[in-house]
Amino acid sequence: MNEMTREVDLANANKVKLVDCDIHPAMKSRDEMTKFMPLRWREHVRDFGIRTASPLYGAMPYPRITPGNGMRRDAWPPAGGPPASDVAFLQEQLLDGLGIDYGILQALGPGGATFNQGLGAAISSAMNDWQVEKWLEADKRLRGSICVSQEDPDAAVAEIEARAQDKRFVQIAITPRMLEPAGRKRYWPIYEVAEHYNLPISMHSAAYGTRANTGTGWTSFYLEEHFAFSNASQTAITSMVFEGVFERFRNLKLVVVEGGFAWLPPLGWRMDREWERMREEVPHVVRAPSEQIRDHVWLTTQPMEEPEVNRDLYDILNWMGDDKLMFATDYPHWDFDHPEYAFKVPLDPALKHAILAGNACKLYGLE
Amino acid sequence: MTSAVASASRPRAGTLPIAGLGAIDCDVHPRSPRRQDLAPYVTDYWREIFTTREIDHLEMSGYPETLRPNRPAPEAGNADAASLAKGLLDPLKLDAAILNVASGVHAIFDPYLAQVICQATNRWLAAEWLDRDPRLRASLVVPFQHPEAAVAEIEAYAKDHRFVQIMAIVMSDNPLGQRRFWPIYEAAAKHGFALNIHAGNTYRHAPTQSGFNSYLVEDFVHQTQGFANQVGSLVAEGVLGKFPEMKVVLSESGVTWMPSLMWRMSKDWRGVRIEVPWVKEMPSLLMRQQVRMTLQPFDGPADPAQAARAIAHLGGDEMLLFSSDYPHDHRIDVAYWPANLPEELAAKAARENALATYPRLEV
Repeated sequence: MNEMTREVDLANANKVKLVDCDIHPAMKSRDEMTKFMPLRWREHVRDFGIRTASPLYGAMPYPRITPGNGMRRDAWPPAGGPPASDVAFLQEQLLDGLGIDYGILQALGPGGATFNQGLGAAISSAMNDWQVEKWLEADKRLRGSICVSQEDPDAAVAEIEARAQDKRFVQIAITPRMLEPAGRKRYWPIYEVAEHYNLPISMHSAAYGTRANTGTGWTSFYLEEHFAFSNASQTAITSMVFEGVFERFRNLKLVVVEGGFAWLPPLGWRMDREWERMREEVPHVVRAPSEQIRDHVWLTTQPMEEPEVNRDLYDILNWMGDDKLMFATDYPHWDFDHPEYAFKVPLDPALKHAILAGNACKLYGLE
Repeated sequence: MTSAVASASRPRAGTLPIAGLGAIDCDVHPRSPRRQDLAPYVTDYWREIFTTREIDHLEMSGYPETLRPNRPAPEAGNADAASLAKGLLDPLKLDAAILNVASGVHAIFDPYLAQVICQATNRWLAAEWLDRDPRLRASLVVPFQHPEAAVAEIEAYAKDHRFVQIMAIVMSDNPLGQRRFWPIYEAAAKHGFALNIHAGNTYRHAPTQSGFNSYLVEDFVHQTQGFANQVGSLVAEGVLGKFPEMKVVLSESGVTWMPSLMWRMSKDWRGVRIEVPWVKEMPSLLMRQQVRMTLQPFDGPADPAQAARAIAHLGGDEMLLFSSDYPHDHRIDVAYWPANLPEELAAKAARENALATYPRLEV
């Protein structure tokens, strides 16, 4: 970050101080969402359900540690319903409580994971209607992510086209645990339309996917599953780099959400090294992988990295660059990060502002 | 981001020669044995099976040895013990070198076929390699497909200290921490074998959560995830705590990804340890005590000062073991220490750490 940018950011600091890039809105009941679906799909959900590759229907295959499938214990609304399902309480506890200027919703739904792709498209569309009605209409600070069912790219493109004019949607949300690696050509129509509308692609860690959660089979424990979430994002980055997605779509932006970030510099080094050994296999890859990462990939901070020696975080931040990290709370999940307590070391004020607000403002065009 | 590819002219090897360090090379590859190599060590029944069922060339699709980047450079020698001595041990003046057979034996489905080929491979290693050069050591190949047979093979070689570790492939049927494998670790720990987890993929599962990759270069990048998952499994299932004297050696794993795993697992463990109450110690401590990594390929940044920072994050350089990965082609001169690897590490990594890792290693 050069001096000019720093000044602009500091001037901006008076206006926008805090952007939360990962808020999970919830429903009091599924009817909130299904009411936006055509009758045909409402009946389908009633009679045939929403099935995914998760081995337990309606329950977590790796049970979480706190009630509500891993919620903050103090996030249950006094008026009832699950955490983050009550607009007023979310405003009080999160937006007003922390002084959040902008909050970006990650509405996690099964649209991208359900086997029935027609149902997936209907769910994605209903999730977007629900975001508008319940959240974006209710609070001007909130921004939405366009849910799409990536396995049917035509439907995904149509959904993006239908939402692109609503500037309250600031990005496209895709699961990183897609059926094929993210760089495969079948997904390129989504990247093309994303680039066209200057909408970043966000990939949020996903608890559901079709393939084993490690290359050596299914883990036994949530403790193992939890860090393996970031493996799916690493795969998406690796695939997009080596399939040439970022060479073809030079303005495409990828935001990796809720996977931590200390793994990114080593991934870049490893990719560079292997690319150097094998670049004749991928002649379409022109820029070094680490350079592609620097140009195209952003990350959110939560769950915050906690090195054994606190100051080692400075190395990670140095390797990441000042302009790629964006703060996130992950409200209302158990491993929530607070903007004042998440960093275990003091940060340079300009860098801290960039992470808490400036980088997200620039990426999403927030003022 | 600090790039590993500073420029095309980046020096590929440093100025510190390995020769003179009394080095122990912890990852060296003999050629994989063929049918005619193994035939002397099997029964008539299996000799006939090998012939009629065309069992001869065994190579993992997920870790091919005859294709780039593993394909040896033309001048590299690993056909027999003499050519290996001439190509690697003599010029580097190695005190010892550990042979790893990363062949298709690890990927065989039939547990009895896997058993017999493991047995024959170990006999071939002993007769054709270890007996011919006193500097050579080897990993015992054992059938993880058949844990009872694996235990028997470990017992059979308990007294032959030239076999210093047992060998597993990093991406295979199941996470290695699972209970079905504990009898193997019990036998290994009893006799002082380390557990070597080597790069590779038996393609039992897709290497990624999104299926198979298009390119081999992506598979090589994903080895790192496999190693992280296996360390995670050994921690979470309680293997590291249960067999505290057994070191786990990650071969061709890379190094710089490890601190982020240590930090992440320790943080998660603080939050969710009620799930795994048998894990009594911080995962990062368990890893530092028991997990070791070989240094080739080294995945650090180009600048040695930054690479030193990345290594410092481990919290202990006792985790690092020198290896050449000979004769796999890394396009660097194996006679020299890698250019971006801090030279201060050399004395410990090249010798001292290996001696502390392998109780069976006598040099």
